[in-house]
Amino acid sequence: MKPILEVRNIGKKFRLQHQSRGYLSLRERLVSAIRFERNETEDFWALTDVSFDVQQGESIGIIGRNGAGKSTLLKILSKITPPTTGKIISRGRTASLLEVGTGFHPELTGRENIFFNGSLLGMKRKEIKNKFDEIVDFSGVEKFLDTPLKHYSSGMQLRLAFAVAAFLEPEILIIDEVLAVGDAEFQKKCLGKMEDVSKSGRTILFVSHNMAAVQSLCTKSILLKNGKLQFINFSTEVIQEYFNQIEGNLKNHSGILEFNQNNSTKPIKKIEILCDGKNSNTAHMGCQLEIRVHFKTTTYLDAPVLGVIFKDGQGIPMIGVNNKHYAGNIAEHPISEGCISMSIPYLTLFEGVYHTDIHFGNGYSDYEILQDCFEFTVEPLKFASGEIPDKRFNRLFIKEIEWTLDSK
Amino acid sequence: MPEYIEYKIEPPSTAKILHWKELWLYRELFYFFTWRDIKVKYKQTLLGFLWAILQPLFMMIIFTFFFGRALNIPSQNLPYPLYVFSGLLLWNMFSAGLTNASNSMVNNAAIIKKIYFPRLIIPVSSILVALFDFLMGFGIYTGLLVYYAQPVAWSAAFIWPLALILTVVATMGLGSWLSALNIKYRDFRYVIPFLVQVLFFLTPVIYPVSMLKYPFLQYILVCSPMYAAIELFRYPLTDAMPDIYFMTASLTSGVVFLFIGIFYFKQTENFFADYA
Repeated sequence: MKPILEVRNIGKKFRLQHQSRGYLSLRERLVSAIRFERNETEDFWALTDVSFDVQQGESIGIIGRNGAGKSTLLKILSKITPPTTGKIISRGRTASLLEVGTGFHPELTGRENIFFNGSLLGMKRKEIKNKFDEIVDFSGVEKFLDTPLKHYSSGMQLRLAFAVAAFLEPEILIIDEVLAVGDAEFQKKCLGKMEDVSKSGRTILFVSHNMAAVQSLCTKSILLKNGKLQFINFSTEVIQEYFNQIEGNLKNHSGILEFNQNNSTKPIKKIEILCDGKNSNTAHMGCQLEIRVHFKTTTYLDAPVLGVIFKDGQGIPMIGVNNKHYAGNIAEHPISEGCISMSIPYLTLFEGVYHTDIHFGNGYSDYEILQDCFEFTVEPLKFASGEIPDKRFNRLFIKEIEWTLDSK
Repeated sequence: MPEYIEYKIEPPSTAKILHWKELWLYRELFYFFTWRDIKVKYKQTLLGFLWAILQPLFMMIIFTFFFGRALNIPSQNLPYPLYVFSGLLLWNMFSAGLTNASNSMVNNAAIIKKIYFPRLIIPVSSILVALFDFLMGFGIYTGLLVYYAQPVAWSAAFIWPLALILTVVATMGLGSWLSALNIKYRDFRYVIPFLVQVLFFLTPVIYPVSMLKYPFLQYILVCSPMYAAIELFRYPLTDAMPDIYFMTASLTSGVVFLFIGIFYFKQTENFFADYA
């Protein structure tokens, strides 16, 4: 059987203008035509020579760092922008969901928006009518169906938007990062719905930074790097490769990482990881873990906030903390340069490899986010018995448990 | 059963004609875009659809007062209010359609960047919105005809629709061209109101072409693609046969603009998402 999607040598070139004036204006065009002046342009290939096949019923994840070309690839696959080179042969009805709620109009009521949005996504009027009740049920906004959308809360808008998209029935569904929005429960609901879709034999192309979602939804994945297809294989392996690459140069750190010394827009200058008081990239279960972030900002901060997220090898967050939640404002006076640190008396992570996100900000917005900025290993700890709890049953480590035995 | 579709996505080739088949496949979107724009237009208004009637009516009253009474402009033996209204009815459709269409691509940029459909649907739908206003106004027009006991030739049954088609052609041509230009060069946002204003005075909406003493000016005027439409629209009332050369000039300009407009639109449509 022929593959449902054949992607052959796709490339996309953008022309960068080095005038930084935003929109093209006619005057500039005319003036430069008269002066025989050539705008300084530079060609930028967002994608080069990307080829792959997708079989009917397969779910493919597309991963890569920001700027790797994921969104450009999806835009080409959904016919929004044409490729510069190569071709794609598609053998099915395609619907793309690059954003939830495209075309939602604040003045229209919920009911009207369902029809307009559904039709934009490629549903026929009859289809929408048939599924209308289900859509409304799924969204849970039946009470507000005849209220203009502008009076909806953002959560309600999101639910309604996803509900419409959830009832699409194309043979190929292209989804971009739509799960990045909404609360945890909503995300779970969306993922569940998407799993149903993929189980019903339809083909899904899914872009996400959420490795856990890619892992559970997609059997195969594609890794893009700098516009090139680097690796295509089973998701587990591709995700592993992705993490390896990210940390390739950070893996062998000694517990001290230095950044952006001369970049004033990026405040984080240095990060230190200390285990029991010593700089190290390995910790052991139950040790005292300290993370120090040295920063320098251009303006004074009233309340600096450090956020730290530990994620496991699959990218699933394990612990996420910040000082705003735990201690409130810890600054006695406004500060522009210093070191903010967190110290955990004993580390509750089980043995394994962990990735860390660092957020630094003023409590309202992040000044800098370092995603997966370092990896550290938690070594097992031997108990008095000489044995350790089984890794299969533990993700967290509890240092002290009182065991008692009473005889009757 | 879902239709079996196999299509290719390739770098755009230069010689590309209209994809009638694809437009047909997406036919419901014409309806939905038009429906949305009409709904949105009259949302949160007290008078709602009445505005579609009130606007030309007020304009007619003002023009009648200033041009008909004060300046005594001839009106081909029609009561001046009727003369103006018949012109305004088509003109408003043209000017509203042109303005809506020109801004339509920019206004819908968010959708263009996220979903594929034949882009031509957007300017066409915004012209259909103007058509809706025309139909509302047409109701008033028939009322006025009865009020002034104006005899209407039977030929109106096919001449009026023909005039309407000419208006749509004129609006389509300029509208699709300007909408594509507007998305690339935002300068056109400022050019359009000015252009519409100039065309208004260059078209026999409120005065007949015969009023002009210089034949040279007449020749310029009849190049307006709306000239033929408005003259034809009045023909069943006045029974004055329009000048055949003038009509040809106007018709030709309408058709030329239609081809230029659609051709330019199709040439650039692939890159709308990149420019928007």
